[in-house]
Amino acid sequence: MTTVRKNYGSAMLEAFEYLLAKYPEVFVIGQGLWSPWYVGNTMTDLDKKFGAHRIIDTPVSEAASTGAAVGAALAGMMPIVVHPRMDFMLYAMDAIVNQAAKWSSMVGGQASPGVTIRGIVNRGGEQGAQHSQALHAWFAHVPGLRVVMPATVADARDLLIASVVSRDPVLYIDDRWLYGQEDDLPPIKELVLSDVEPQTLRAGDDVTLVASSYSTKLALDAAEVLLAQGVAAEVIDLRVINPYQPRRIIESVMRTGRLLVVDGGWAPCGMAGEVIASVVEQIEPGVLKRAPVRVTLPFASAPTSKFLERAYYPTTELIVQKTRELLK
Amino acid sequence: MTNCSLGHLSDSAQLHEPLNVVGQDRAVLSRQLEMMLRIRLAERCLANGRRDGLVGGPVHLGIGQEAVATGVASVLRKTDRVFGGHRSHSHVLSMGGSIYRLFAEVLARKTGMSRGMGGSMHLWDQPNGFYGAVPIVAGTVPLAVGAGLAAKFQGMQDIGLAYLGDGAMEEGVVHESLNLARMLQAPVLFVVENNLFASHMHISLRQPSEMMARFAIANDIDYAVVDGNDVVKTHQAADALAQRIRAGHGPGFLEAVTFRWFGHVDWREDIDVGVHRSADEVSEWRKRDPIARLYLGLCNAGWFDEEKMAQLEEKIAEEVREAWERAINDAPPSSDAIADYVYGVRAA
Repeated sequence: MTTVRKNYGSAMLEAFEYLLAKYPEVFVIGQGLWSPWYVGNTMTDLDKKFGAHRIIDTPVSEAASTGAAVGAALAGMMPIVVHPRMDFMLYAMDAIVNQAAKWSSMVGGQASPGVTIRGIVNRGGEQGAQHSQALHAWFAHVPGLRVVMPATVADARDLLIASVVSRDPVLYIDDRWLYGQEDDLPPIKELVLSDVEPQTLRAGDDVTLVASSYSTKLALDAAEVLLAQGVAAEVIDLRVINPYQPRRIIESVMRTGRLLVVDGGWAPCGMAGEVIASVVEQIEPGVLKRAPVRVTLPFASAPTSKFLERAYYPTTELIVQKTRELLK
Repeated sequence: MTNCSLGHLSDSAQLHEPLNVVGQDRAVLSRQLEMMLRIRLAERCLANGRRDGLVGGPVHLGIGQEAVATGVASVLRKTDRVFGGHRSHSHVLSMGGSIYRLFAEVLARKTGMSRGMGGSMHLWDQPNGFYGAVPIVAGTVPLAVGAGLAAKFQGMQDIGLAYLGDGAMEEGVVHESLNLARMLQAPVLFVVENNLFASHMHISLRQPSEMMARFAIANDIDYAVVDGNDVVKTHQAADALAQRIRAGHGPGFLEAVTFRWFGHVDWREDIDVGVHRSADEVSEWRKRDPIARLYLGLCNAGWFDEEKMAQLEEKIAEEVREAWERAINDAPPSSDAIADYVYGVRAA
């Protein structure tokens, strides 16, 4: 099969180009879309290729822009909203949580806004507490939304396409720290989002590492280090965190008896806790050889200085250390 | 702020007189009279059902405000995209919605407009152009902008329409939506039913000026301010705005000044709450009855009389009775419905 070398960012760009070329119903709305630097290399020159009427850079109005996309979706369009920093997306919570997520339920399934809302996690770079948040767990709590967290280059492209062609409202969350990841990609395949399950990126029988988005990269790097130390870690990437499908993770833990979850958000009421709960309520108490472990952000807002950022974000070394403790 | 008083439009002692219908289309006025009566009798039936404990959830009645939806809907098409809020019985009925399916919805039956999942506050009748009404105040305003924008993408001359109240004007998203609609030249009509109250709070307690159209001026949007209890003037103003919107001139804003006879929710007059809502004030406003004013105007023109009115009322009352009897005997949705509609149609 012919493959093409892409990085995470250019893979997203390929998805945007594919969608805009194939579907006249697709348009993109958000802030920074006519700027070359707001959204990395993920949307370069889309406005020039497809026209500024389809790539709409908006006034500073997250709530109205997102609400307008929800309304356009109800009227048959396939809009993509872009929030270059997820923190600002909180202004649009009503459109996302009250309107888009609940619309199908409220009207008895007779209409559903197939809107895609892209929220970018923009960590590091001394940008601090209001430019760095990973709030995916909030949205995983809400029925009616689908929440996608691509970790791999292929998923960055193919899950964006799957999100846009889905008839449900989808929150697609990408992390800028992943944009440089490279891979050889096969041709585009349109996936059905409701069929997308967590996938095993690396097999192993000693311990199960579960993660999503950038945390998956950390977990894969940790697994490499662990292998050199004689430990075979299985790495499972969640991909879609709402609706969350635990089947593959439970199967893995039944084999390894050890579970460590890495998440880029905070621990309380978070995704790591949800994964652990979903496993322990499905297995017999004796299956686990040790108590499961969470590796998350410390329960504090993101610091601004780079000195403190180094201490704040989980690292491969931390995951290796926690995994080794779990294996004792 | 100067020039932002509603003047006689918000003075309950004025505009009691019959409408002047000279030069108007008699057939259109007859249909409007019938529609206003249909809305009023349907809402009275819901009020009684609520009072008698047959309706389980809150009903926000718009009795007294029938001319707004009726006048506006007179210029709409089934392919337009209309959104409402918590007080939207009149909006959905004015688009041609079925009283029976509205009743079934309010009674939480599976035959309802929203399959029994919505109740009075979540109404859906998209085949008639009514895209949906939900009760987060102002929540659907940006949705209407987007639905209008979609029509532009689709090369259609249809418009988005947002019904909102004077209370919703206090939500930030409305101001974002006005600006966004103007900057995108979205074909959308904002219809503000200014009934001077948000729940129990009179407008004088909430805003420095009672005229909502000042926000249209601020956003460079075409607007009109009308007596919302005058179906003729409301129809004319909506027509002029809708024509400009359909011709591609961007959004429009219609402020219709009106008054609800009942309290914020359910069937009581609520004269014991808020400010400026005494029994006398409500009674003055009842003299600006949009139905009586059109009826008497038609009588003055010799186009209608007491006997014909009695016949019309009896016909609609019968329609309402039948709809209620039928709806109340329908089945509720099965409990499977809770999970069935969480996610919509799957991707092909």
